[in-house]
Amino acid sequence: MKLGGQIVTFVIAWAVLLLLLGINVLLAYQPIGGLHGFVPIGIAATQAFIIMAIFMKLRGRPSLKWVFAGAGFFWLMILLGLSSTDYMTRAAWPL
Amino acid sequence: MSQRAAALKPEMQYADLAQQGETAQLGMWIFLATEVLFFGGMMAAYLAYRMTYNADFDAAAKESVIWIGSVNTAVLVTSSLTMVMAIHAAAERERQPIVYFLLATAALGLIFLGLKGYEYVEDYNDAVVPVLNFHPKEGNPGAVELFWLFYFYATLLHAVHLTIGIILVFFMAVRAKRGAFDAGYYAPLEVVGLYWSFVDTVWVFLFALIYPIGRSG
Amino acid sequence: MTVTTFIPAKSTAVKNYLTAGFGIRSWLLTTDHKRIGLMFFGSVTFFFFIGGAAATLIRLDLLDPAGRLVQPDMYNRLFTMHGVVMVWFFLIPSIPTTLGNFFLPLMIGAKDLAFPRLNLLSWYLFNASGILAVYFLLVGGVDTGWTFYTPLSSQYATGHVLPAAMAVFVNGFSSILTGLNFIVTTHRLRAPGMTWFRLPLFVWAIYATSLVMVLATPVLAMTLALMSMERFLGIGLFDPAIGGDPLLFQHLFWFYSHPAVYIMILPAMGVVSEVIACYARKPVFGYRGMAYALMSIAVIGFFVWGHHMFVTGMSLYSGVVFSFMSFIVAVPSAIKVFNWIATLHKGWITFDAPMLYALGFVGLFTTGGVTGLVVATLAADVHLHDTYFVIAHFHFIMVGGTVSAYFAGLHYWWPKITGRLYPEMWARLAAILTFTGFNFTFFPQFILGYLGMPRRYHAYPPEFQVWNVLSSAGASILAIAYILPLAYLGWSLLYGKRAGSNPWHATGLEWMTSSPPPEHNFVRTPVVTSAPYAYPDPETLADEPAGRRPQA
Repeated sequence: MKLGGQIVTFVIAWAVLLLLLGINVLLAYQPIGGLHGFVPIGIAATQAFIIMAIFMKLRGRPSLKWVFAGAGFFWLMILLGLSSTDYMTRAAWPL
Repeated sequence: MSQRAAALKPEMQYADLAQQGETAQLGMWIFLATEVLFFGGMMAAYLAYRMTYNADFDAAAKESVIWIGSVNTAVLVTSSLTMVMAIHAAAERERQPIVYFLLATAALGLIFLGLKGYEYVEDYNDAVVPVLNFHPKEGNPGAVELFWLFYFYATLLHAVHLTIGIILVFFMAVRAKRGAFDAGYYAPLEVVGLYWSFVDTVWVFLFALIYPIGRSG
Repeated sequence: MTVTTFIPAKSTAVKNYLTAGFGIRSWLLTTDHKRIGLMFFGSVTFFFFIGGAAATLIRLDLLDPAGRLVQPDMYNRLFTMHGVVMVWFFLIPSIPTTLGNFFLPLMIGAKDLAFPRLNLLSWYLFNASGILAVYFLLVGGVDTGWTFYTPLSSQYATGHVLPAAMAVFVNGFSSILTGLNFIVTTHRLRAPGMTWFRLPLFVWAIYATSLVMVLATPVLAMTLALMSMERFLGIGLFDPAIGGDPLLFQHLFWFYSHPAVYIMILPAMGVVSEVIACYARKPVFGYRGMAYALMSIAVIGFFVWGHHMFVTGMSLYSGVVFSFMSFIVAVPSAIKVFNWIATLHKGWITFDAPMLYALGFVGLFTTGGVTGLVVATLAADVHLHDTYFVIAHFHFIMVGGTVSAYFAGLHYWWPKITGRLYPEMWARLAAILTFTGFNFTFFPQFILGYLGMPRRYHAYPPEFQVWNVLSSAGASILAIAYILPLAYLGWSLLYGKRAGSNPWHATGLEWMTSSPPPEHNFVRTPVVTSAPYAYPDPETLADEPAGRRPQA
């Protein structure tokens, strides 16, 4: 197998994913207060983006795959977003 | 090209192999969208209880075995790399590398499962397994139990998905060894690759929800 | 729709899909979407009569205020059985898996669905889960209602909750695979020239339905799995004893089960659009608006689930959000009703059986929809929640709407499916009986609900008896109207007149091939060059268009 441009991209992506994992673990022990709920999720979202763009080959020209990859995410946000309208306000606005 | 390759024809409903391959990939993407929503039900439960019992979830998550979780993340990320390398080898029509990379992928998956099993034993020794052995050290016991129920449901469901992935990858390795992808049509391999990387993606999120929280004091 | 290639209506060289193979293996192992569609037709008809039998017993029990026919426990099991079987084993699969399976590939000019073996798997999963569900609902039964609310289902109920929930879980995968197959087929297998805005509205409707199936059903699967684990382990994520929230179950359940209503109604809207265009001899008014309305109903349908939970203890803020979104979803639904009416305007209307069913659909759907707005209002729902008003409202949509449209489609496409014509007069009689019987059954229930009769009780105060007797009497008419087609459609299989390829002179690719269609649908792949519903403009015709109906 030739060492082509694609392989280099894959290896770089892999290295960045491991780096992000390291950052995630290190930050877990730092006193970042209220951020500790959001930082791991943000890092996970970045890792997911890299996996989907490079390993699952979403990068490149717009395609139908974007629509369904996006649909999964969008509908998950509907589920989480609208159910949290209840959980965020139930104590303050009981019916 | 082998004799098998010359005989390769699309199924009746497709015009050509390219259309058949693209269609298979689109089908897998839609299936993955359903998987997002499938795990999404559990994520919604996590979010609701995290909002309600934030401090207790911090107390509970501290007991998770973060070193196994981190090593396992590295193992799965690496397996995603070997998986795309196998697909890359198929695109270059090199039979032996496909087989080796697929076997490496399956082996990494098995390592993940082995470590996960060891982690469950550790969890049992830490007395955080609901029903079987549950004596939390701190926090409101009910809320802490909700965290651990989520932990076991989510990681077991992920392990089931990974097991299916390992079987598929192994099956693909056998097909590759027999020369099924020599002719340049390797859509089945790409479809399995999508599934494999998706299982990896799910784990990345589970890691973030379970291990790094509640450790900074 | 203009098709440039001529497809011979009667090609003696090609066998039709029914004569392409004989024997039980040629059916049970088939991958032909038309045969699988017929097999689904057999399955859903079976489950329809199972669910109908439970409904009959419920209506008989309610003839008498003391409810002496069945014990309260038995009554709970009956309405659970009615709900589970009708929702998951009849209404959700009804139009998509039968007419959708049969006609989606035909209408887009494809040889089959994208994944034919997956389609067959879907049928097996459906039957396995259906038989499992009916078996456990009959022996011992389930008394939770079709909604499986926790903690009743997970902690207290005595029946076979676990196997019934597992059956629904497996049924969900049948639904997901069907939806996935339809989406991929619509994207990838359209004939040359069949652009998105040349698709018949039935295809748009099936596509929108499939989106809902694929994105909502997995959440139900997860919800039922979590509930079952809680029942199995005695402790779980919804368990109030450890601080779990039973309302979370309801959130997740309705995230699926509200969009599930759109799984039932969207295909019905598609069928009605086809039928009204054909029997008004006019293109559907505002075609693009109709397509966009279908898609927006499918999407907005996901934003409204909380309106099932207004009085359960959810936050008031959340209730306001969900109430508002529920009003929004009425907009595209109303667009559809207005466009059907505008399609009828100045058309050459004939009141053939499919048209009678379709017009019945429009009236009943409108009634069901408008009363939906009443219960979507926060204040009104406090009074009407869990009363017969809600029962009447959703039966107008699901039974008045979906079942009417299902019969409309079944009659409309019967000649294409079987190659035979059904007896027109009997069919019109059945259509009129359906509409009449339906209104007698369910309109009194609006009044009962408004007066305050709660749902799911086997007995009631005597002052409600007159409305209940009226409702049960109507149900007997409805029962005849549902059994009648079984008889005359069965008769037509043997004695019906041969249909020819296009007995209604309708447009659409499915009418361009022979009846019954050949094994791979078309002798040559059709090429599409124009928009759908290319009926001649009635205003330019001096006389009624010739040869519209075969002389029976």
